[in-house]
Order: sequence, then C-alpha cells, then structure tokens
Amino acid sequence: MLGQEIKKLVVYTIFLAIIILPMLGFTGGAVFQAERAFAVFGVGVALLVLNLIVKVIRSRRPPPDHDLPSIPERIGDRLHRVPKIFTLGPLLLAAVIFPLVANNYMIDVGITCLIYVCLGLGLNIVVGLCGLLDLGYIAFYAVGAYSYSLLNLTYGFSFWAALPIGVVLGMICGCIIGYPTLKMRGDYLAIVTLGFGEIIRLVLNNWDDLTAGPNGLFGMKRPPLYYPSFQEGGLEMVTYYLTSLPGLFYFILVIAILTTIGVNRLDKSRIGRAWIAIREDEVAAELSGVPTTWIKLLAYAMGAGFASIAGAFFAAKLSYVNPNFFLFMESCIVLCIVVLGGIGSIPGIIIAGFILIAVPEVFRELEGFRMLAFGAIMTTMMIIRPEGLIPASRRKREFYRQRDEAERVQK
Amino acid sequence: MKQGYGDNILTIEDVHTYYENIHALKGITCTVPQGSIVCLIGANGAGKTTTLLTISGVEPARRGRILFEGQEIEKLPPEKIAALGIAQSPEGRQIFPRMSVMENLEMGAYLRKDKEGIQQDMEWVFSLFPVLKDRYRQKGGTLSGGEQQMLAIGRALMQQPKLLLLDEPSLGLAPKIIEKIFETIQEINKNGMTIFLVEQNANMALTTSDIGYVMETGRIVLEDKASALLENKEVQKAYLGD
Repeated sequence: MLGQEIKKLVVYTIFLAIIILPMLGFTGGAVFQAERAFAVFGVGVALLVLNLIVKVIRSRRPPPDHDLPSIPERIGDRLHRVPKIFTLGPLLLAAVIFPLVANNYMIDVGITCLIYVCLGLGLNIVVGLCGLLDLGYIAFYAVGAYSYSLLNLTYGFSFWAALPIGVVLGMICGCIIGYPTLKMRGDYLAIVTLGFGEIIRLVLNNWDDLTAGPNGLFGMKRPPLYYPSFQEGGLEMVTYYLTSLPGLFYFILVIAILTTIGVNRLDKSRIGRAWIAIREDEVAAELSGVPTTWIKLLAYAMGAGFASIAGAFFAAKLSYVNPNFFLFMESCIVLCIVVLGGIGSIPGIIIAGFILIAVPEVFRELEGFRMLAFGAIMTTMMIIRPEGLIPASRRKREFYRQRDEAERVQK
Repeated sequence: MKQGYGDNILTIEDVHTYYENIHALKGITCTVPQGSIVCLIGANGAGKTTTLLTISGVEPARRGRILFEGQEIEKLPPEKIAALGIAQSPEGRQIFPRMSVMENLEMGAYLRKDKEGIQQDMEWVFSLFPVLKDRYRQKGGTLSGGEQQMLAIGRALMQQPKLLLLDEPSLGLAPKIIEKIFETIQEINKNGMTIFLVEQNANMALTTSDIGYVMETGRIVLEDKASALLENKEVQKAYLGD
C-alpha cells in the first residue's frame, strides 16, 4: 500500500516537473527563471505529499463494516430530504439579486454562463440520457442563431415569432443528422456528428448571398416584451426592447429555468426512461418494445430544439452573429460541461456550466496559461471524480463497481 | 397432450437471415404449438440466437415467412412484434445494468398501460423469483449471474407475452441454479404461456421441452418429440456427451 502510493507520488512529481518547470521557467526569453518555476512546482509537490499523507492515515483506520456512502453522496441525500424551497429558493434569490449588485462585465459573464447551461442541458438529452456522443452540437445553436437573424433582418419577424420557427428548423437539422447515424455507435457516431458540425459552419461561412459569409449578420432587434398601456384612445400594446444587460440576464434566466424544468420532466417521463434504456442496452430496449428509431431521433430533435432556443437568444442579445462563434471548440466546451457536471445529472450540469465558463474568466490575467489552467482542472476532475461533480444516481455505480468488486475480492 | 396443443402459435417458413453478406439462417422451417415448450438445440454459431432475433424483428429476415397467430410478422419492427405478444429474454443476460431491479421490470412493461395488471404481474414475477424481491432496489448490474438471468426472464414476463423466447437461460450458471431456472420455466408454461427456448445445454432443454429441433450451421437438421430426441443416437453422441 505505502510502496504503491510512493511510486505514484514519484511518477506524478516527474509529470509535474515536465509540464510546469519549462512552461513557467522560460517566460520571455531563454533564461531559466528557477525561482518562479520552482515556487509553483513546490506547491504542486506539497499538494501531492499532503494527499499521500491523508491516504496513508485513512488506510490505517479500520474500514467500516457496512458501505458508508461518500460525503458528497451523503450531502446529496440530505439535500433531497430538505424541501426544495430551502435549496432552490436561496439560489433563485441569488440569481435575481445578482444583476443588481454586479457590474456589467460580471452580468455579461453571467449571461454567457446561463446560455451554456441551456446548451449543456440540451446536450445532456443526447449524450447523458440517450448515450449518443455528439461532437457537433454547436451546429444546432448556430441554426437557432441564424434563423432568428435571417427572419428578423429579411422579414422583420419579432423574436417571439421567429423562435418557434428556429426551434422547428433546429429539430429538423437534428433529425437530418440523426437519421443516417441511427445504426452507428461510439467512435463512428462521434466522427459523423463532428463532420456535421463543421458542415453547418462552412455553409454559413461560404453562402455569401444568404448569410453574408464571414462578415456575419448584424442589426437584429433585441427580444421584445409587450405590455398594455392605458392611454388616450384606449388600450394600446407597448413594445419594449430588452437592451439593458440586467434585462437580458433576467430573460435568459427565465429561459434557463424553463429549459431545466423541461429537461427534468423529460428525464422523468416515459420517453426519458426509453432513452436511458437505449443507453443501457439497445437490443434489450428494442425487445422491451421501445421504438428505438423514433426515440433516438426524438433525442436528437429535442436536444437540437433546446440549442436553437439558446442560439436565438444569443443572436438577439448580441445583435450580431458570424460563423466563428460556432467553432468545434464550442462543441467541446458544451460536452465538457456535460461530462464534468456528471453525465445525465441536471444540477451537476448547471454547476459545471458556471464553473467552466466563469473560471476561465477568473484566470484571464494568466493569459497564455488560461487554457492550461482549464485543462489542469479538467484533468484533475477526471482523476478524482470521474463520475462528475454531482453524479446522476444511475451513473455512479458504473465507475465504482470495478473498485467495489476489487475490494470485495480482497476481503 | 396439453390443452390447445393442436394450433401453432408460431410458424416459421423457409426463413433466411443475413448479417451483411454472411448467410446466417439458410432456410429455417419450424412450428411452435400453442401451450408447449419447444427447444432449439445446437452448437455455438449454429444460428440459434439469430433465429430468435429474427422472430423478434431485431435481425429482420431477408426471405421467408413468419406467422404469429396467423399474422405475418417478418416485416414488422421489433416494437410492433413485442406489442403483438412476443417477449424475448436475450442472451448474455442483457438487462439494464444501471437501472434497479424494479426499474428493469417496469421497462418490461413499457408497452402496457394497465397499472393494476402490471402490479399483479410484478407480484407474480417476485413469487417466481423471490430473490428479486429481496433486491428490488439494487442495480441490475450488481446482481449475480443467476439473478441477472432471472431478472431478464422476469422482464420478458412483464410484457405479458403469449410467446416467450428464451435465449440460453443456462449460460454460465451453476448446475443448481440451472435446475431452478428450468423448474420455473415449466411453472411459467403451466400458467399457459408458450415457450420457445434456445439452448446449448441439450440435456436440460430436451428434458423440459415437448418438442425439440436440432440446428447445425444455419439449418435445422432434426426435429422430433423431445423425449425421442433424448433417445436418438446421433443427438446423444453430438450433444449429450454419451
């Protein structure tokens, strides 16, 4: 036990040295700045040693007789018992107060976070529930954004009129990508979806007549709200365009809450069970009478629909879209949100959405190291909590089963 | 002779199934009488599982006819066939590993709407396999091999089928558990359900069944009463290890 842990410590230390020493030591020239490099390296090694000590102390303690769930699990269980108003209430209150106390930059980051939460929840249907790996998800976001932009600019459709059309178009695109991939699994499916994402982006980039190519479209109206006003001459509807950042924040907050409720309902519905059954074992699901073809297409369509809503909001908020907003990298980030949050877990995805979008902003001062920090967090997460921040209850078992079985054999 | 033995619930006529270019079933013809237990025995790779998957519509037949209660089903998708009353417990105990025992059984009743009937059938499954009741909250993947097999059969029963297809219920199980499972199969049959089972364990299968078919490389080479097949010299030599 101790020997194994020490071996691990040595290997990790060497890894850390290879990555951190040259990167921090050689900033701005060929002179090796030992002090700066070793300071960070030292902190890393200290953390590893601390980890070793904790592990050794833990292993000395006799194991409990029955399987006690881990602390996060227990916290999760407790939270379930507390009435929802006490857990969700303060969260909602915080979200409502946030724009009143934050500055514009923070609100803007908050809006981006909420957009990505919506995207993560939508992708969760495809990846988390139905088990279909989708690497081109951002394409549906683009479809939503461009349909609103084009409908608004060419025909003057308002946000509310364009939204359902955009959602339907997104769903159709979802089916278009879904249909040929029905028989595919795993790697092949990932490559096809990746290709599809790129096709959409390239079409947007090159169809100059319609999408204005790389220049993008601009001048779309913000989302409007209507309210009645009693003036002379009777009742009149007044149109108010949401231009202020706090207004837009509340708007996307409502969209995010509705998306959460929608995905949650789907998760618990008969269709949700069918999705999970397909993910677990497609043949067994078929034999149980699940029409797998339709249910899988539905997963793509629903996922795409949610992405379209987020896309339409994005275009309306910025009043500008161009194809470079929809790079492969964005698909990756959304997928990271789903994986980091815990595949299939709605609260996990919401938290991960905030962490993955807000944390790179916090690290903005690090500049070149920003993505490195991002990568380090992802890697660490996947090592210490492979099932995600808040694992969905069904998912947990898979990652720990082998470990549990190994332990049982040792006993 | 059992009640209603005369009518065939399932008739398979000259069915050919391919995996891409591999000719897996080379013209299968067999019948399953109402209320009987029919077994299909044969070596690994003979096409036994393919036969069941073809009946269920998972691997559709390229040629031939399959009649279930007089209705042609060979072109129907799996969910339609399941809705007609054919349930299959797949090979390798394909249960839903991350769903609880309860959720697995509920998935079996996916097409059913009658809540009371579902509840009754669940009680029935629990009475057939009491161990499942003890573990109803446990994840399917954490059950032992025998328990998973019971769960797979239980899930198929929850479909309230007229015809139950069982794919290698003895695969990888200890002799004692195999005996228990075959006893239960007979009990299910006594309740009026027709059973078509595929087995490598020829001895156990033929002892339990009324009629037996022997399959070799995609063809049926022998068919007879199960008791007669048990006496058959060739069968004894090839499959019963005498």
